[in-house]
Amino acid sequence: MNFVFSNRAKIISFVLIAIGVIALVTGIFTVSSDRIWSNLLINGFYFMGISLGALFFYALSFATETAWAVTLRRVMEGVFSFIPAAAAVLIIVFIGATMHWNHIYHWMDEATVSKYVAESTIDSEHPTYFKDKAAAQKAEEAGETVVLNEAHYDELIANKTAYLNTPFFWIRTIIYIAAFIIFARWFRKRSLKEDETGDVGLHFKGYQRGALFLVIFAVFSSTMSWDWIMSIDTHWFSTLFGWYVFSGMWVSAMNIIAVLSLYLISKGYLKEINSSHIHDLGKWIFALSFLWTYLWFSQFMLIWYSNIPEEVTYFVLRIEEYRVPFFGMMLINFIVPMVFLMSRDAKRNPRFLIFVGTIVFIGHFLDTYMLVTPGVHFEHWEFGFVEIGMFMGFTGLFINRVLAALTKAPLVPKESPYLEESLHHSI
Amino acid sequence: MHKEAAIRTPLILGDKTYHDITADVVGPIEGKASKTWYLLVTIAGLIALWGVGCVVYLIATGIGVWGLNKTVGWAWDITNFVWWVGIGHAGTLISAVLLLFRQKWRMAINRSAEAMTIFAVMMAALFPGIHMGRIWVAYWVLPLPNTFGSLWVNFNSPLLWDVFAISTYFSVSLVFWYIGLIPDFATIRDRMTAPAAKKIYGILSFGWSGKAKQWTRFEEVSLVLAGLATPLVFSVHSIVSFDFATSVIPGWHTTIFPPYFVSGAVFSGFAMVLTLLLIMRKVMKFENYITIKHIEYMNIVIIVTGSIVGVAYITELFISWYSGVEYESYAFINRFSGPYLWAYWAMMTCNVISPQLFWFKKIRTNLTLTFILSIVVNIGMWFERFVIIVTSIHRDYVPSSWSMFYPTWVDVGIFVGTIGIFFTLFLLFARFFPVLALNELKTILKVSGEKYKKEDH
Repeated sequence: MNFVFSNRAKIISFVLIAIGVIALVTGIFTVSSDRIWSNLLINGFYFMGISLGALFFYALSFATETAWAVTLRRVMEGVFSFIPAAAAVLIIVFIGATMHWNHIYHWMDEATVSKYVAESTIDSEHPTYFKDKAAAQKAEEAGETVVLNEAHYDELIANKTAYLNTPFFWIRTIIYIAAFIIFARWFRKRSLKEDETGDVGLHFKGYQRGALFLVIFAVFSSTMSWDWIMSIDTHWFSTLFGWYVFSGMWVSAMNIIAVLSLYLISKGYLKEINSSHIHDLGKWIFALSFLWTYLWFSQFMLIWYSNIPEEVTYFVLRIEEYRVPFFGMMLINFIVPMVFLMSRDAKRNPRFLIFVGTIVFIGHFLDTYMLVTPGVHFEHWEFGFVEIGMFMGFTGLFINRVLAALTKAPLVPKESPYLEESLHHSI
Repeated sequence: MHKEAAIRTPLILGDKTYHDITADVVGPIEGKASKTWYLLVTIAGLIALWGVGCVVYLIATGIGVWGLNKTVGWAWDITNFVWWVGIGHAGTLISAVLLLFRQKWRMAINRSAEAMTIFAVMMAALFPGIHMGRIWVAYWVLPLPNTFGSLWVNFNSPLLWDVFAISTYFSVSLVFWYIGLIPDFATIRDRMTAPAAKKIYGILSFGWSGKAKQWTRFEEVSLVLAGLATPLVFSVHSIVSFDFATSVIPGWHTTIFPPYFVSGAVFSGFAMVLTLLLIMRKVMKFENYITIKHIEYMNIVIIVTGSIVGVAYITELFISWYSGVEYESYAFINRFSGPYLWAYWAMMTCNVISPQLFWFKKIRTNLTLTFILSIVVNIGMWFERFVIIVTSIHRDYVPSSWSMFYPTWVDVGIFVGTIGIFFTLFLLFARFFPVLALNELKTILKVSGEKYKKEDH
């Protein structure tokens, strides 16, 4: 049975999008442009993470010969169909950064990475900078007086330019996004074709590609987090960072898959999904919330305990200036799933799952907010209508695009060697 | 009954019945031990005795008989400790995590993997114990009232957290293992004819009668213990990694350590399970239970965890440069190009490159190659700990105190000795215990047995 995107759902999604647009427009006139840009990055990255988490789980279930999730495949395909849209938002932010319309990435600013500056231009709006001695000498020969760029030069950032430079950043970004889109499309195509032909060979191809995606994602999930997020706090570094961000993506994705499935069930679709499937999704949310908290704690505790100035500044800023959202989101994301999803009955109860799902959805948005905002705005931060409205707007867009994608194919695959197992799933 | 897809490979091969399973597993316990077993247990026992002798000599003489010096205060001792704890990881992962993931193939390997875990953790616990020098006051690591001594333990120290983490892990693993053994001991008791043996297995089986009520409780308690043991799989090696990562020593202090240690531990644990099981399936003729598919699954776990470890190595290396911290960068430059570069490259080859060979189906289903690679991985994981520990501290902040570490015969003797003790214990286990979880295997016979699958389709 194909899903029909009801008018009611359409209206709700458009209302949410309208709120987002209003927030964006009022924001443009009332708040700093960097605040708008950082909100675009937060939302773009958050929904990218949800979509990628779904793609990851999809590939993972192929590679691990997981049967129970087969009946949920179309739901996951719906969620990861949002990758191109989220990628477009991120690309807009990166174009803005490259064009210096925003100042999210400090290392993109020529002033921070250039050791020399032409003396006559220091006070002008766009001083002439020279990255190295050779360039500076050339300018001196041409009659320019070159001095050390004492006001803006940042040696720590300059030392990273072999990795953090705009062309290389773009190459990496394009590779990540292209890889994600290619894999997402391939899986979707394979899935629809399997429905038609029922070819078991297609299933085994999915198994191979699933494993391949896991390999690629193991590397890209880390490097992508360094490039897009960790480099905002350019001085700071943490080896665990990529895995921490990845765990957040994964739990957010499982959460959305669960809530979306429950929505579809409540509308009379997905009759093949029984309480055991829901139970398993609940288990994932429960377990991954622990994983996320474990990684949060590992990163935080080790840096806090060692108290090395280079590293601890990251948390000092967050504790002193962002205490409530910083610890608040951690407690929400840990305690709510732990307490409410502990029992077996709770994991089978749609109301519980939707209640927890809503909180976790907001909680992980706040996590993404905390990943971005302190590095952009430092102690000058505000949380208001712009943040809430834009988040609602993106949620509306996500709902709209994902539900529209769901209408395009039957909600449960017709053919898969594991379909029978999934239909009779009982735990 | 649970329906299984036709494309799934059967987990029990041949034309087995319930009775065959019992006979295959209990048979070796009832019969006389083979000459091979006596030979192996003698060799392992002699090595174990040698190890015990070295430990006695160490305690009687003092820690000075090891090769430690004032710069390298931790070397083989803690390397061996972490290596053994790591090996002790696979058992609980197999029994707890794979139970939660409903992986039925675990039933053929969980019993011996858990036994291996318990013996490995015992070997691990030995090292911090003898490292204290005055082992007779070892109980001071426990938070005892002040009347026992002038000091309370330091709750801020990760070394103390380790005491709790490892003892909890050991207790839960032991209980988990034992509870699984109860029905199997009862099966042996029912078959035994010699009165003494019947009596002993009767006591060990706690009066198990196989009532439905008992089975329900058995399954419930297994799930509860699996739920408790799963966080322990993470916590133990995370806390071991805290021993290093909470410090401010370049090469030790890095945030990726906890999950990366856990992954490395599972990696080495599975390698050791493979080493042991490949021999056991051959000697005890378990080819129908521990099939090529089981070996393949374990090899896939090795690829996954080995690759995670590889990603972690490269992340550390990259971030040491990216950080811009001079000491941090030097620690890593020294690792791959300093006097211990052979250890670093041995680690890289064994842990990162060699498991990638398992991407080829021919290699991961080849028993000889799997056996060789499983040993290669264990060598690599020993070097990993050696690299982390010794290369990070042998050149500290003051170049005048730079030094090298050279093991003495006591260092080597104790390490080799623990391998002897470990194998002695494992051989005893293989002689007197049901090495396959026979009652659990029976539950999957009609779903995943080769004969039944054929009839079904």
